[in-house]
Amino acid sequence: MNLLKQLFSRRRYYNDLSNEMQQHLEEKVEELVAGGMSSEEASAAARRQFGNVTLTEEDSRDVWRWLSFENFLADVRYGLRMLRHNPVFTTVGILTIAIGIGANAAVFTVVNSVLLKPLNYPKAEELVSLHQTAPGAAGLADFENGLLLSPSMYFTYAENNRTFQSLGVWDTGTASVTGLAEPEQVRVVDVSDGMLQALDVAPEAGRWFSAADQVPNGPARAMLSYGYWQRRFGGDRSAIGRNIQVDSRPLEIIGVMPQGFRFVDTDFDLIRPFQFDRGKLILAGFGFHGIARLKPGATIAQANADLTRMLPVWMDSFSNGPGSNPHIYETWKITPMIRPLKQEVVGNVSEALWVVMGTIGLVMLIACANVTNLLLVRVESRQQELAVRAALGAGRQRIISGLLVESVMLGMLGGIVGLGLAYAGVRFLAAIGPANLPRLREISIDARTMGFAFLLSVLSGLLFGLVPALKYAGPRASLELRSAGRTISASRERHRARNLLVVGQVAMALVLLVSAGLMIRTFEALRAIDPGFTDARHLQVMRISIPDLLIPETERVARTQSQILDKLSAIPGAKSVGFGSEMPMEGFDSDWDTIFIEGKTYPEGVIPPLHFYKHVSPGFFAAAGTRLIAGRELTWDDVYGLRPVVMVSENLAREEWGTPANAIGKRLTEDPGLPWREVIGVIQDVREKGVQEKATEIVYWPPMVENLFGRGPAQPIREVTFVIRSDRAGTQSFLNELRQAVWSVNSNLPLASVRTMEDVYGKSVARTSFTLVMLAIAGGMALALGIIGIYGVISYTVSQRKREIGIRLALGAQSGDVVSMVLRQGAKLALVGVCIGVVAAFGLARLMTSLLFGVTAHDPLTFSAVAVLLIFVALAACYIPARRAMKVDPMVALRYE
Amino acid sequence: MKKSEQRDLFPGALEMMILRTLKRQPLHGYALVQHIKRTSDDLLQIEEGSLYPALQRLLKEELVIAEWGISATNRRVRIYKLTAKGTKHLEHEVSRFEKMLEGITRVLAPGES
Repeated sequence: MNLLKQLFSRRRYYNDLSNEMQQHLEEKVEELVAGGMSSEEASAAARRQFGNVTLTEEDSRDVWRWLSFENFLADVRYGLRMLRHNPVFTTVGILTIAIGIGANAAVFTVVNSVLLKPLNYPKAEELVSLHQTAPGAAGLADFENGLLLSPSMYFTYAENNRTFQSLGVWDTGTASVTGLAEPEQVRVVDVSDGMLQALDVAPEAGRWFSAADQVPNGPARAMLSYGYWQRRFGGDRSAIGRNIQVDSRPLEIIGVMPQGFRFVDTDFDLIRPFQFDRGKLILAGFGFHGIARLKPGATIAQANADLTRMLPVWMDSFSNGPGSNPHIYETWKITPMIRPLKQEVVGNVSEALWVVMGTIGLVMLIACANVTNLLLVRVESRQQELAVRAALGAGRQRIISGLLVESVMLGMLGGIVGLGLAYAGVRFLAAIGPANLPRLREISIDARTMGFAFLLSVLSGLLFGLVPALKYAGPRASLELRSAGRTISASRERHRARNLLVVGQVAMALVLLVSAGLMIRTFEALRAIDPGFTDARHLQVMRISIPDLLIPETERVARTQSQILDKLSAIPGAKSVGFGSEMPMEGFDSDWDTIFIEGKTYPEGVIPPLHFYKHVSPGFFAAAGTRLIAGRELTWDDVYGLRPVVMVSENLAREEWGTPANAIGKRLTEDPGLPWREVIGVIQDVREKGVQEKATEIVYWPPMVENLFGRGPAQPIREVTFVIRSDRAGTQSFLNELRQAVWSVNSNLPLASVRTMEDVYGKSVARTSFTLVMLAIAGGMALALGIIGIYGVISYTVSQRKREIGIRLALGAQSGDVVSMVLRQGAKLALVGVCIGVVAAFGLARLMTSLLFGVTAHDPLTFSAVAVLLIFVALAACYIPARRAMKVDPMVALRYE
Repeated sequence: MKKSEQRDLFPGALEMMILRTLKRQPLHGYALVQHIKRTSDDLLQIEEGSLYPALQRLLKEELVIAEWGISATNRRVRIYKLTAKGTKHLEHEVSRFEKMLEGITRVLAPGES
């Protein structure tokens, strides 16, 4: 019979049953009366013979019941009643758990969205990033992206591979769109054929690019992002086929990518196809990110072998121009190191997230310990009730399961409230999360988070319920029945569980505080480092690019840029201005190339060391606050006169010429056979790639360089970052004036990435500050919970020992003795906890080594400071109950019995 | 329940007797007790405390069905009736019981060996 049906039709069965039994009795009585008994006697005899009517009825009913489930329901009902009758206990318990579960669910949401969920592409596990390294290339080790692909490599790989379904390269950039509204700087992704095919996300409207779209000088086409389509075309499908002016060039819109489509982890407005001229490609030009989709079943190892096989093919098929040796790249030892695309996206944030997850998990444990303590106290006061239940025939198992059901319910209620907190927490995390946290947009609470919160609720409910349940459902129950009314002097054994919990809490709090402390020290160390610019808050930066269709002539580009500088410096409050190809930490893929030093011989067949190349305007370093170590800064005369001059970073000067002063007047070139350039200035080292990264060796070129790489007449740098030092940096009025100043020179120039260097700097240390904030929150919660825990235990002991303390006082103990006795007890617990915590932190802190900077994982200062802090706080927490103990009136305490 | 089962000859004996009795004719609880008592010449006393739980078990397993009706003494009673499934079950149980009995008898029989 169907179980549910049974549950519902049961009442009728029961009624039938009792009616039937009633009839049975009556029939019996009737028969006995007919046999000559008086009706009273007959009734009594019938009952006697029948036995216990109620019991029989119950036994008969039991047949229909689903026993364990109904007991469970009864436990739930009973538990709810108990929770309702103790509102204070229930509220405190639920809130404690809710905070723990809320924090955990929030962090888990981030971990899940960023680290666990597959990327947002069909069969994302097949997608790989074509990462490669070149251990033989001096200087390249500094380059965070390894060796990117050159266009010729792309063609070689795309045409000859055996392990990929499709493969392409891409790069990001910006472009200005004119003719729609006011000029706008948009984010562009340039892709080769095979790129969209590899990602395999169908367009929302229109079509993908095909091989025909990347023919050099072929029709110019573009695709839109969903957001840009909505913003600029109102989601109108007739946008397909229309033209837009991108960098003053008309592009035909052929398709729109769907909502939520992002390029790896990049938001974009436009996609354009590369138009490589295959016949003119050389080997070099390593500036493109490669992504491929593996054939089903192909492994990364096979793909690596496949690329390795194709490298000689690449060197045989292309060259770097007549007379050059294509196999010179063999000395670079190019090694394919293909990795899953997800790993590329997630990057180095995973360690930080796991550390945060771990610490938040510890907070949960501490919260559980607190609730366990609460439950222990409560169960103790309920001993009589439990003993009565045991005496009435409830089995040990039944009592344990009852207590567990209660605590699990507490956990679940906490979990429900916690999920609400998690919603808020996720918003908070997304707000304070590193701006460059990968997949930030994808963070959302999903079924997995719900499952996690549910599991956590149940598990924590079992965890904190088990200790009191096992402790008090034991066979001692009968003993308690006798003694529960009276206060027997507290046995040591009775407090052991609670003391253990407090020791554990203190130890875990210490671990958390140590890790938070280490992050603070890391942050301090980062702050202490001179990044190569000063007073970031008052440094305004913005990016302006001048498309070659807008201003084709080189010199006019430079003049326009210098006019903008003039206008900018005329803004009230602007102290100094300059521009460069990028500011430190802006995170663009930098240019890098070889340099040759005059007077040095370079062995044949080896590519000399590679260095970063930057172009800077006169006044750039002065505005940024980057110190000139030796020589002089660039002047506009140098620029317009196209004088062959360069500046170098201090570390480069030291490496090549011994001292900065020595470097002045020396000469270098980017290629033998090209004119020598004279070193006129040496510039302070700059943390170009972030404060944590060591300063890179840089060659600073003027904005225009004649015959750079033998390209003939000077080429302007069209995309630059302007930097303005002003106390008004970042204010709205200042930004408006900036915009007006730029547009007064050329109204078609859009401003992009308008921000202060403080923002740039903040973004570059975002991972550290995010981890710091999270660990500080976790540490703070741990400390608070730890204090509550130790306070609770000590004050409970004091209240239990009131009588004993009264006797002591009556026998002549001074109140100071009593205080120190209580404090000693607290101190002992705290000390043991601190000792265990130090050992644990010693082991665990090593896990966060990769997050630390300028401090070891075993930093003695942090360890000792945290230990002292914890002991002090613990003593302070004990002082309140200690004072209460001191004020015990012996007469009252003794009369209390 | 334990207590009543201990008084049974063996587990299932009571159920078997109830089914056998009901096979002859549908009866209500009281009549069942009387009948078993009578047929066994008072050798077997069926306790109500065991009878009703046993009847519920049989009902639950759908070996019998119960209907309210009027007894011979003109009383509103619940009359139990054997179902097809019950008949089959009874046959099975009886044959099992006979085999067991035969086994026990052989063991208990005075042997020559």
